[in-house]
Amino acid sequence: MKPDTLTQRILPVVTILLVIVAVWYVAAVFMNAPFQRDLDRRANIATSKPVDFIERTLSQPKPVLPAPHQVVSNVFENTFLRRVTSNRSLVYHAWVTLSSTVAGFTFGTVLGILIAVGIVHVKALDRSLMPWIIASQTVPILAIAPMVIVVLAAVNITGLIPKALISTYLSFFPVAVGMVKGLRSPELIQLDLMRTYHASAAQTFWKLRVPASIPFLFTSMKVAIAASLVGAIVGEMPTGAVAGIGRKLLDGSYYSQTIDLFAALIAASVLAAALVTIVGLAAKIVDRAMGGRPA
Amino acid sequence: MSLSPPPFSVVSARKLGLTFETNDGPVHALSNVDLEVRKGDFVSFIGPSGCGKTTFLRVIADLEKATAGEITVNGMTPEEARKSRSYGYVFQAPALYPWRTIEKNIALPLEIMGYSAAERRSRIERTLDLVNLSGFGKKYPWQLSGGMQQRASIARALAFDADLLLMDEPFGALDEIVRDHLNEQLLKLWARTEKTICFVTHSIPEAVYLSTKIVVMSPRPGRVTDVIESTLPAERPLEIRETPEFLEIAQRVREGLRAGHSYEEQ
Ligand SMILES: Nc1ncnc2c1ncn2[C@@H]1O[C@H](COP(=O)(O)OP(=O)(O)OP(=O)(O)O)[C@@H](O)[C@H]1O
Ligand SMILES: [Mg+2]
Repeated sequence: MKPDTLTQRILPVVTILLVIVAVWYVAAVFMNAPFQRDLDRRANIATSKPVDFIERTLSQPKPVLPAPHQVVSNVFENTFLRRVTSNRSLVYHAWVTLSSTVAGFTFGTVLGILIAVGIVHVKALDRSLMPWIIASQTVPILAIAPMVIVVLAAVNITGLIPKALISTYLSFFPVAVGMVKGLRSPELIQLDLMRTYHASAAQTFWKLRVPASIPFLFTSMKVAIAASLVGAIVGEMPTGAVAGIGRKLLDGSYYSQTIDLFAALIAASVLAAALVTIVGLAAKIVDRAMGGRPA
Repeated sequence: MSLSPPPFSVVSARKLGLTFETNDGPVHALSNVDLEVRKGDFVSFIGPSGCGKTTFLRVIADLEKATAGEITVNGMTPEEARKSRSYGYVFQAPALYPWRTIEKNIALPLEIMGYSAAERRSRIERTLDLVNLSGFGKKYPWQLSGGMQQRASIARALAFDADLLLMDEPFGALDEIVRDHLNEQLLKLWARTEKTICFVTHSIPEAVYLSTKIVVMSPRPGRVTDVIESTLPAERPLEIRETPEFLEIAQRVREGLRAGHSYEEQ
């Protein structure tokens, strides 16, 4: 760790975090106060010190806006204090979502690469496929997800595959676009060099286009993995999903269990951050192995 | 009395022309070029920017197609010559692949041409030694200076058995001292490998120092205005550049360039 890492990187992040938490607390007090006053009136607590009142607004079981510590303790409880097979365990739900995210991401990446290779090598595909691919992404996922789930359920395909398909649908696009760019990234002089060797198209592909496209692949994979997670969560929302972060989010809003809702949100964010970090790390390792210059 | 075989034509151009059709109308990059390059020649092409030096080299290499006249390379069409891997091309930029180490870069043509692993290893070692880069094989291009990178790209062009070397301003981006040094090395290398070299340059001393034949070109349209056979001996220490003979040839090149109105037009 460099000596100035602390002041240059950690300090700003921590400062912003503290500001957010402070604002959150203030907002929680204000948003929960009306309901708390209502409760107090009914319970005949006529006068009380403001400090006690504030404390009560921050410890409601179903607050309008849960306080940070409520969310943290919920996340902690449901992550570390429960069996991972329990239906209340966040780890369990995160795992369910994660598995369809990863499956969808894998399909999406492979599909994206195949499409890109086709587009780069077959002129007809370049003109015919690209408009459709772009059009596919203008259809909102919220409209497609229920359709996919319902249609596949009708032919008895449920569980992981429909959700993974939605992730695939979201993740193939950035990969295809990034890889088309990457496979076309070699400079003219690098291509001319191959020509002077009378290299075959396959040799030019494997020895030039593919290595040149790797940085582009990883950049688009970072976008794709985040999109896959969104796809998996959205896929858990429409109907029938028994588990997963999407299911938790839905339950939370149905039953006004706002603390659970926020806990699920946190779980989703942590998962997203972890996935993007893993892809980023893989990118670094590959870059180093390919002689990348240390930054 | 000489026992050497009759000089064999490596590049032979007759009334060669190339016109690029651009949006602003046709550009006559080459017109009416007649040239004979014999086996073992060191031919320099000199002339102002835009006179078609690169274009001519690219026609020889079949990276560009002539639109008029005829050209043969090793007695074949440029395309056949390229497909039989008759030449190595050194571009103005090193064009090393950044994800390959220096030795892997040199191995690239060898892999493509199907040399065995053992053969690749021995050729890499030999060419690295030839360009004085032994010990740098495991480095990546960014770890080398510009001059070393250019030498690596020369090694790459020397690694396979092509007896024609096409070099497009390989030392153009380097400073005078490095350039002198590389020129000296290139001459030694040429003597040792007995290759035929076509060499593009902007520098009169460089052209005179290196060549057995200097082709002076001028632009609009790109054409050959003079071909000067060098009378310098094969053995050329750097000091030869101060001899009257050297200066006389340099003067002739300079006059050739002036005769083409090449500098006045700029
Ligand atoms: N691909 C191309 N399309 C259109 N015009 C071109 C193309 N390549 C070269 N030209 C034109 O052909 C002429 C000769 O170019 P060329 O690159 O051969 O010059 P050069 O002698 O190598 O110049 P320099 O010393 O600057 O490298 C120039 O006028 C150039 O603009
Ligand atoms: Mg040029």
